[in-house]
Amino acid sequence: MSERARRGTGRSVRGLFSGQWQWSPGIVLGSAILLFFGLMALLSTLLAPYDPTRIPEGLQGLSLLPPRGDHWFGTDLLGRDLLSRVLYGARISLLIGIVVELVVTPIGVIIGLFAGYFGGRIDSVLMRTTDAVMAFPALVLAIALTALLEQPGLLSVIIVLTAVRWTTVARLVRVQVLSLREAEHIAAIVALGAGKGRIIFRHLLPNCLAPILVAMTFGVASNILAEAGLGFLGLGIQPPMVSWGSLLAEGAVYLTAKPWLCVFPGLAITCTVLGFHVLGDGLRDVLDPRLRS
Amino acid sequence: MRRYVLSRCGQAVPVLFGVTLITFLLTHVALGDPVRAMMGQRADPEVVARIRAEYGLDKPLWHRYALYMGKLLVGDLGYSYRQGRPVSETLAERLPATARLAVAAMVVALVFGMTAGIVAAVRHNTGVDLLMMTLSLLGISTPVFWLGMMLILLFAVSLGWFPISGYGDGAFGHLVLPALTLGALQAGYIARMTRSALLEVLRQEYVRTARAKGLKERVVILKHGLRNGILPILTLAGIGLGDLLVGAPLTETVFGWPGLGRLLVAAVGNRDLPVVLGATLLFALIYLGANLVVDLAYALVDPRVRLAE
Amino acid sequence: MRNGSLLMIQDLQTHFFTGEGVVRAVDGVTLSVRPGETLGLVGESGCGKTVTALSILRLVPDPPGRIVGGTICFDGRDLLRLPEEEMRSIRGCAISMIFQEPMTSLNPVFTVGEQVAEGIRHHQKVSRREAWDRAVEVLRRVKIPDPARRAYEYPHQLSGGLRQRVMIAMALALGPRLLIADEPTTALDVTIQAQIIELLMGLQEEMQMAVILITHDLGVIAETADRVVVMYAGRVVEEASAEQLFETPLHPYTQGLLESLPKLEVGKRHRRLTAIPGVIPNLLDLPTGCKFAPRCPKVIGDCWPTEPELKEVRPGHWARCILA
Repeated sequence: MSERARRGTGRSVRGLFSGQWQWSPGIVLGSAILLFFGLMALLSTLLAPYDPTRIPEGLQGLSLLPPRGDHWFGTDLLGRDLLSRVLYGARISLLIGIVVELVVTPIGVIIGLFAGYFGGRIDSVLMRTTDAVMAFPALVLAIALTALLEQPGLLSVIIVLTAVRWTTVARLVRVQVLSLREAEHIAAIVALGAGKGRIIFRHLLPNCLAPILVAMTFGVASNILAEAGLGFLGLGIQPPMVSWGSLLAEGAVYLTAKPWLCVFPGLAITCTVLGFHVLGDGLRDVLDPRLRS
Repeated sequence: MRRYVLSRCGQAVPVLFGVTLITFLLTHVALGDPVRAMMGQRADPEVVARIRAEYGLDKPLWHRYALYMGKLLVGDLGYSYRQGRPVSETLAERLPATARLAVAAMVVALVFGMTAGIVAAVRHNTGVDLLMMTLSLLGISTPVFWLGMMLILLFAVSLGWFPISGYGDGAFGHLVLPALTLGALQAGYIARMTRSALLEVLRQEYVRTARAKGLKERVVILKHGLRNGILPILTLAGIGLGDLLVGAPLTETVFGWPGLGRLLVAAVGNRDLPVVLGATLLFALIYLGANLVVDLAYALVDPRVRLAE
Repeated sequence: MRNGSLLMIQDLQTHFFTGEGVVRAVDGVTLSVRPGETLGLVGESGCGKTVTALSILRLVPDPPGRIVGGTICFDGRDLLRLPEEEMRSIRGCAISMIFQEPMTSLNPVFTVGEQVAEGIRHHQKVSRREAWDRAVEVLRRVKIPDPARRAYEYPHQLSGGLRQRVMIAMALALGPRLLIADEPTTALDVTIQAQIIELLMGLQEEMQMAVILITHDLGVIAETADRVVVMYAGRVVEEASAEQLFETPLHPYTQGLLESLPKLEVGKRHRRLTAIPGVIPNLLDLPTGCKFAPRCPKVIGDCWPTEPELKEVRPGHWARCILA
């Protein structure tokens, strides 16, 4: 995007917020939840009572302890404190969730803008491609792609999730552009002789920002769930890195005997994703109640 | 209606090509290098030779695609690395279990989801509404497999009502927990959609007309309201099937359910790429098929579509 | 006000409780309808005429609206105090209503015949076959050509005029004593409007029905109404027989409405249209005193402090204006 376009967009986004910023209950609640988890993640190095990866000595006495005073969430097989591991896991899980979304959104937006604006063959080709990719259930495709990449790990997770998730954004943006294209103010700009680039980036894009923002919020939620799923199947990040998904994978074996190993990471995921959903709903209500679907 | 049906089927064709193309390209990427394929396995030399011949690795790309499509049309998806059996055989074996689970889960999702949605819409803005919506929100936010694990803890371990895992040769008891797990997520979406669709419909003027005729409220909501509201729900059911299929690998793994999903996961672990790609393709085809059916059902249900020439 | 009336509304108050305040859509409306009579209910949009009609049948959406006061006597019973079940037996049967926009007021997924038959089945408890046959009969009565075949069609397959006839058929199927018609012709083409009005009046006479005709079109009122009630800002501002109203309108608002009708006058081709200045008032922010004062060309100082009473200025002719 050119400097001018970027500045243009920025003004509109500010305009979007400045006049009508309302603190709907959804936004408040969602933000509060996320703030909580976000801080947990960021400050995990400070907050974690124990080193999450170091295996303590005197292993026997510390292995697989249920929750108690000095280990609020209990310990795992190797005697590591679960609370600390959950805190550290927050970092990776949230990181993946957000990074994937940040990568996916520009890709999807560009594709959606081009498909919607140019129409015709470009649109057809892009949309058939999108449809074909979307025909694969997301996680299934993610699993298959992981199989093709040599080693699962942080990078593979990001690549795979990106490859699967760009379609949602692209579709969304395209729909917006299609309806906007016929809008009167666009016709007016065209009549004034605006070039394609200007129209696309300076006028069409800002109008799409609201639904994009909402979609991004829900997108992060999806990413976190997807990462958890991949991690659970052993196709996500690998030790010594810790994510909520990998914690669940470790704990699954002991489900019936030592349930806390599964309960806490899962609760963390649920609450965080819940927070994003509530925030997303709240944003949607404020930015465009008509989007409620 | 004929035009609609034809157009819908027509739309499906390029997507079908796209899907097979993607799978083919992935196959090409995966198996293109016979050296890699060999190195990755302690493979039977006979199997390796067969792969060489099949994939005609010296021929140009489009030729290979044509070959691939040809094989697909006769149902030949290659041979499993691990077992040496035709992939299609393995898939066929595992498909019924997944189908059972998916259907059961869809039923759960529709029943719970629609009921919750209707109740929430009718008791709009009251405590009940909030409760239903919170539950559905939780349903959407909970990782599918974790929900499965929690349900196991609660119902199988603590209460002992259901077996912990396994297929149990098709016994009903074994189906309950997996179906509930897989269906819960969908129920959440369906509840939200039903609620908003019904609210939207209840605001329409023909609902007011129905009331003005003196009909009972229940009739107004169910007959007039739902019959119109069903349309977006139908669409959602089709998409929902896709989500169910997404949840399948995870749920089947948790419950040790011998279906396609678990096969996929196991195959990835074994680096049994033909099986991985074959299963992936099958998933996509099922999803496409389900969507097509839903779209066609739409034509039947909505007279505006049905009668349009 | 007078006896022998079929329907008597007294001091009806229907308020809407919104986030921005209480909107008094109907604030103390009193009117009555005699059997077989056509009462015209006139006013600009937002004056409360539709809400009054909805209040009669208790179809006001709740929330945010609620009937907070007054009585509506029909057949010696106060409709506002009836249990819901009895109210339902009146709706569509003794009192019927037709709405403005036939496309959205008919359910798109049911056939036209089914929608008419439904009410018949519900109120008269006859078989499906019987109800269907009766429905076809009613469709014939509203002059829909080839009714037996058309009954199987869906609303979107019919023209606007035919759809409105279907609505009328639905409303009249059970021979109501009172028909409330809310802007029945506004959404239709001009040529069709006349046909529909003619149909309504014909049926009214055949069935000896009372009709409350709600409209903002004074031309229609002139042709059809026996008595006219003019509403403004949720209140009745004038009530009279049609002749009285058109010959000697007493309230400045009524006068303004009549003035603003384009007239064909020989020799006066370039007379400008006189519109009533100003806009309809915001019901959340009404002046004390006469509600029409801000727009009234004859306003004087005494208009502002207190709202005038509705006085019977001449026999049968009421007006809410201190100048009348």
